[in-house]
Amino acid sequence: MGNTSSMLTQYDIEEVQQHCNNAFSQQEIVSLYERFCQLDRNGGGFVSGEEFLSVPEFAVNPLSQRLLTMLDGLNFKEFVAFLSAFSPRATVQQKIEFIFKVYDSDGNGKVTFNDMLDVLHDLTGQFISEHQREQVLTKVLEEAGYTKESLLVMSDFVKILGSSGLKMEVEVPVD
Amino acid sequence: MNSSEGKLKSSSSELDLDRPNIEDYLPSGSSIQEPHGKLRLRDLLDISPALTEAAGAIVDDSFTRCFKSNPPELWNWNVYLFPLWCCGVVFRALVLTIGWIIFLSCFIPVHFLLKGNDNLRKKMERALVELICSFFVASWTGVVKYHGPRPSMRPKQVFVANHTSMIDFIILEQMTAFAVIMQKHPGWVGLLQSTILESVGCIWFNRSEAKDREIVTRKLREHSQGADNNPLLIFPEGTCVNNQYSVMFKKGAFELGCTVCPIAIKYNKIFVDAFWNSRKQSFTMHLLQLMTSWAVVCDVWYLEPQNLRPGETPIEFAERIRDIISVRAGLKKVPWDGYLKYSRPSPKHRERKQQSFAESVLRGLELEEK
Repeated sequence: MGNTSSMLTQYDIEEVQQHCNNAFSQQEIVSLYERFCQLDRNGGGFVSGEEFLSVPEFAVNPLSQRLLTMLDGLNFKEFVAFLSAFSPRATVQQKIEFIFKVYDSDGNGKVTFNDMLDVLHDLTGQFISEHQREQVLTKVLEEAGYTKESLLVMSDFVKILGSSGLKMEVEVPVD
Repeated sequence: MNSSEGKLKSSSSELDLDRPNIEDYLPSGSSIQEPHGKLRLRDLLDISPALTEAAGAIVDDSFTRCFKSNPPELWNWNVYLFPLWCCGVVFRALVLTIGWIIFLSCFIPVHFLLKGNDNLRKKMERALVELICSFFVASWTGVVKYHGPRPSMRPKQVFVANHTSMIDFIILEQMTAFAVIMQKHPGWVGLLQSTILESVGCIWFNRSEAKDREIVTRKLREHSQGADNNPLLIFPEGTCVNNQYSVMFKKGAFELGCTVCPIAIKYNKIFVDAFWNSRKQSFTMHLLQLMTSWAVVCDVWYLEPQNLRPGETPIEFAERIRDIISVRAGLKKVPWDGYLKYSRPSPKHRERKQQSFAESVLRGLELEEK
């Protein structure tokens, strides 16, 4: 069912490649299309949350719900654009932009204390109390020169994360 | 015959007891970066490891790979071979029809007339089931090579094999009349199950019922203890896998206190993809597909019987046997429970990751306060 590259024309591939800023090679896009079709079991043209969650490795990830809100309803072009941050050809700037988007759940370009607290909650679950989470976050924010009321923007994220070697790459299997 | 595609439910804790620790298989270490020494803002904000894992799973994951069909290239569609192929199909349908006629004309009288003489009836029915299976195999132009010593009929012995399709059972059955444990299916298959397969002594289970497992375990135990019963054949994966991977074995077959005889089955992909993708096609379509392929070629290895070693748990025993079978049949092992096709993984795995990260954050906090 729809998992042959004959469904994707050369023109389609080039369009997708342009949309993701050449993050993936044409072969990789073909592989990603096969994967997309494999995940999109009911053939609706997009992969639903349920279909993503049927991948056990994804379902056990602490950030899966958060990512689902970003992934839900994406068509193939947007799907590839979503994954482009994970390409080895992506710049550090692009990777940090992606991380920023994960934090900035309301999409207004600013990350609040609560946004950061929410992500920390996803990562630590019930194993730290809410109070301790706040405590830790406030402490490290202050040490970095921010306060609880600070609104972080993209440039702040670049400053904080830019220096560490950010490793965020996946390999697209190419037959 | 498709499994219901409703909402996936979180697996009950009962199913958890069935499998060994997944953490033993997955790369060690938390997926969430553990900060060393003093905790910085960067350590808390850097979610790249978790994101990378999620993206990796989206792009490719070992579980979905187990259930991917691999239809062979159509190398035989040309003018010369086509008429030959048509004749082949007709001939095979004929063979199967003849087989059924012979079988039914012998089985029905035997079943009803020899009601009193149980022993003789059992023997004859066994032979007849072997016969109809041979006819089935012939109808797919099956070329099966059996390796290893023919299993001997002894009590307290069960057979386990990897599972690719329901035809696994037929292929093994034509050599030796096994009793099998199967999911009860609707339709004509169910009818066959309740009439003919009853005669070789089969056990039914229902995947969706949790309590069902206890009943089945008891039936398994009873059957394996009985000396007169046909040897029991179990597919511990619990679901069909695509013959290139093997998923976790359920421990039920390994805690019966019996010798376990492993059987490895490998289909030759050039001729047909024998994997029955129950999500994509019904069993009827699957059989038709087999009948219209050129051949079903496979190897069956009867491997050395194994016993539970002292100090070994049933789960370890299951893993050891899975290893033996996977090596023989060239299958890659994955740490997933086949039933994840029908339900979600338990939150336990996510919680373990969360716990590990939480602990390191707390540790970092303590270091600060010193």
